[in-house]
Amino acid sequence: MFKIVLKTILTPSVSLMKIYAPNVVKHAKPGQFIVLRTDSDSERIPFTIAEANQDDQTIAIIFQVVGASTLKLNQLKENDYILDFAGPLGKPSQIDGLKKVCVIGGGLGCAIAYPIAKALHNQKTYVHSIIGFRKKELVFLSSEFKDISDCFDLVTDDGSAGKMGLVTTLLKALLDQDNTFDEVFAIGPLVMMKAVSELTKQYGIKTIVSMNPIMIDGTGMCGGCRITVNNKMRFACVDGPEFDGHQVDFDEAILRNKMYESAERKAYDHACHLLKEVQNDQ
Amino acid sequence: MINKSMIKNHMITQKPEKRIHNYREVSQGYTNEQALDEAKRCLECKNKPCVKGCPVRIDIPGFIHRIVEHDIEGAYQIIRASSLLPAVCGRVCPQETQCEELCVRKLKGESVAIGHLERFVADYHSQNNTDKPIIVPTNGIKIAIVGSGPAGLSCANDLVKKGYQVDIYEALHIPGGVLVYGIPEFRLPKAVVEREISALIKQGVNIYTNVIIGKTLTIDDLFTMGYRAVFLGTGAGLPKFMGIPGEMLNGVYSANEYLTRINLMKAYDGVSKTPIQSAQRVAVIGGGNVALDAARWAKRLGAKTVSIIYRRSRTELPARYEEVVHAEEEGIIFRMQTNLQRIIGDDFGFVKKIQCVEMTLGELDDSGRARPIEKPGSEHFIDVDSVIMAIGTTPNPLISQSTIDLKTNQKGCIITTNNTGLTTKDMVYAGGDVVTGSATVILAMGAGREAAQAIDEKVTSDIFKKPPNI
Ligand SMILES: Cc1cc2nc3c(=O)[nH]c(=O)nc-3n(C[C@H](O)[C@H](O)[C@H](O)COP(=O)(O)OP(=O)(O)OC[C@H]3O[C@@H](n4cnc5c(N)ncnc54)[C@H](O)[C@@H]3O)c2cc1C
Ligand SMILES: Cc1cc2nc3c(=O)[nH]c(=O)nc-3n(C[C@H](O)[C@H](O)[C@H](O)COP(=O)(O)OP(=O)(O)OC[C@H]3O[C@@H](n4cnc5c(N)ncnc54)[C@H](O)[C@@H]3O)c2cc1C
Ligand code: SF4
Ligand code: SF4
Ligand code: FES
Repeated sequence: MFKIVLKTILTPSVSLMKIYAPNVVKHAKPGQFIVLRTDSDSERIPFTIAEANQDDQTIAIIFQVVGASTLKLNQLKENDYILDFAGPLGKPSQIDGLKKVCVIGGGLGCAIAYPIAKALHNQKTYVHSIIGFRKKELVFLSSEFKDISDCFDLVTDDGSAGKMGLVTTLLKALLDQDNTFDEVFAIGPLVMMKAVSELTKQYGIKTIVSMNPIMIDGTGMCGGCRITVNNKMRFACVDGPEFDGHQVDFDEAILRNKMYESAERKAYDHACHLLKEVQNDQ
Repeated sequence: MINKSMIKNHMITQKPEKRIHNYREVSQGYTNEQALDEAKRCLECKNKPCVKGCPVRIDIPGFIHRIVEHDIEGAYQIIRASSLLPAVCGRVCPQETQCEELCVRKLKGESVAIGHLERFVADYHSQNNTDKPIIVPTNGIKIAIVGSGPAGLSCANDLVKKGYQVDIYEALHIPGGVLVYGIPEFRLPKAVVEREISALIKQGVNIYTNVIIGKTLTIDDLFTMGYRAVFLGTGAGLPKFMGIPGEMLNGVYSANEYLTRINLMKAYDGVSKTPIQSAQRVAVIGGGNVALDAARWAKRLGAKTVSIIYRRSRTELPARYEEVVHAEEEGIIFRMQTNLQRIIGDDFGFVKKIQCVEMTLGELDDSGRARPIEKPGSEHFIDVDSVIMAIGTTPNPLISQSTIDLKTNQKGCIITTNNTGLTTKDMVYAGGDVVTGSATVILAMGAGREAAQAIDEKVTSDIFKKPPNI
């Protein structure tokens, strides 16, 4: 059992949790993730390690409620316990030697992009971050990003916060103004990562994306997380989750992510329904 | 009095039309009368040919004799002296190619049903035994076991009995390895495995789940933590794909994913949150136990047609004979001498049909089996909405990648010295599927025992090795 030592609500649907997990902290590096199960009937769900704190032996995760399992996780409070918590999994981000980097986070992907941006900042890399959301109410982590960025941009689709537009609109403008970067890290919805990769390819800038396919074990055992990179089959949990965005077959990944949509919708509706019943009872 | 019947006592099974709608065990076990009657078929041969077929050399006529004498607990003790998991092996050993193959009664008629009797004895013991586990005082020497499949469990069992302090590290959230995530409930009830594991825990073995060695902790960390030796029983869990078009379509699973979703994450029961696609027409590629388990699960999850697609002929099917018979009774279609060429999807990325080709059997290949050759012009299509790949697995490279001084062969299997399980790294031993590639429960258990013996000898000799007198 793994204790939740801190819970912070970032937006109505995004929370940060710090979990006491001394074993996982030991070798954890930016870019890696954990797999957890809230209780014995739950799915195994992966989350990026937002921070590994060697002092208090905690791992922080930042997550958004999108379905049944994240809804259940979000109902846990400080001092509650998570049944299973395993990691660190996946390969760490390769950030050595980078001088100037653009980190792009889209929506939920900001949670995954933040620890990478922070690690870059800590090693004194110049970080230009661009984070994008659909609208103002969904914005989270913006002050955290600002604190660790040499240059910071917030965009929303409707302009209700920061600049109006997509992250790619801004990135294109930057590149056209002769800004250049050693590398771009783009993390967010598949369509966003695809758009960024297509754009940077034209400018010849290496782009790393973080692939988040559906995972079960996270250890290379099921093959459910397979994606095509450079025409080869790779398992995102052990070979990734970060890959060269110019080599990833995004269209295929987009189709694969739709596999359980209807089943998950049902599970979510069911969980919401149960939650309402519980609230009505109280 | 010898029972001269030419045929075995057949175990009662759930009727096929009933069992495809539930997840309960297919074979129901022997009654006392059946067990006694079957035991009497054994001739108690002096030279015990059957024992030579058993990888762990159970004294087969010895235990069968006790059954005849109505001393079932005595029979259990004889089996248990050689095997940690008789309730498991009695159910899943490929008996027909091991102990039973060499039984002299096979010269005329069927062999003695050694596996069925072993299962009977083990089940009897678990229902009737009340003795407390014997706890050996610990010698304070710590040994780490990585992986909680049959290899790890039996290694742990032997070491704890010798007084070592044994800790098992398991990557998944439940211990048991393939016994829990692979082999289905209807063939090996999870309660049987849990019972054996809880017996180990009662003897003082600690099991730490959610620890991935190579990621959470490295092997060198284990030594730093004070372990004197490490045993790797991490199995062969990395699924293979064929490298043909269409493998990325939705509805294509590795057997591992399919079985894990069902067995480990309980996708079949309404309570679990792990989804599984409910396919109507399923093709399973491969002919081993894994393929049959996946096919029979698909049937139980409501598929109308389930086909096994296998390159060679029925006689070469590597699956246990009993499972082939049960699968046929359940209506699984066996498309033999057929190979999958490509998978074709619909506009939404879901499987629609497969293209197969017929195979003829040529000369014997390196494995001693007829080499399958494509028959030109025999390409054909089969409409399916799910394809399950059960064409084999290889060892997971997580540990070997993080341990440079641990050598593996081209297939990714850890290299060990014969009979000891010693790897190329000092004080690190390995056994089971991670050394042999996918094999059997009984072989993995045997390897775990051999390594336990070797570890004990090495640790003991190191302790008694005195510095030379000058
Ligand atoms: C390596 C990795 C790291 C991740 N890190 C984080 C993180 O730091 N913070 C965070 O909030 N989420 C992260 N995710 C995504 C997170 O795992 C999913 O949001 C979660 O599994 C959804 O579970 P659910 O049951 O609540 O929703 P579901 O009911 O399973 O899904 C609801 C919706 O989310 C989509 N979805 C399902 N699984 C994923 C997925 N793996 N990625 C993206 N969308 C998905 C579904 O298509 C569906 O539309 C990560 C995923 C991976 C693979
Ligand atoms: C579906 C299926 C059906 C089968 N049917 C039969 C049958 O009928 N009869 C038969 O004799 N055999 C059968 N087998 C084969 C048999 O199950 C295996 O040969 C046997 O389980 C191998 O045992 P093992 O202990 O070597 O490995 P496994 O049982 O594979 O156990 C390995 C364990 O190690 C863990 N692990 C892996 N890597 C790490 C790590 N880095 N850190 C920590 N833990 C780790 C795994 O999670 C797993 O729990 C079947 C196999 C499958 C998949
Ligand atoms: S362990 Fe397997 S091979 Fe040995 S006697 Fe039992 S069934 Fe036969
Ligand atoms: S070979 Fe057959 S008949 Fe002879 S001892 Fe073994 S089981 Fe009995
Ligand atoms: S999640 Fe199972 S192989 Fe990657």
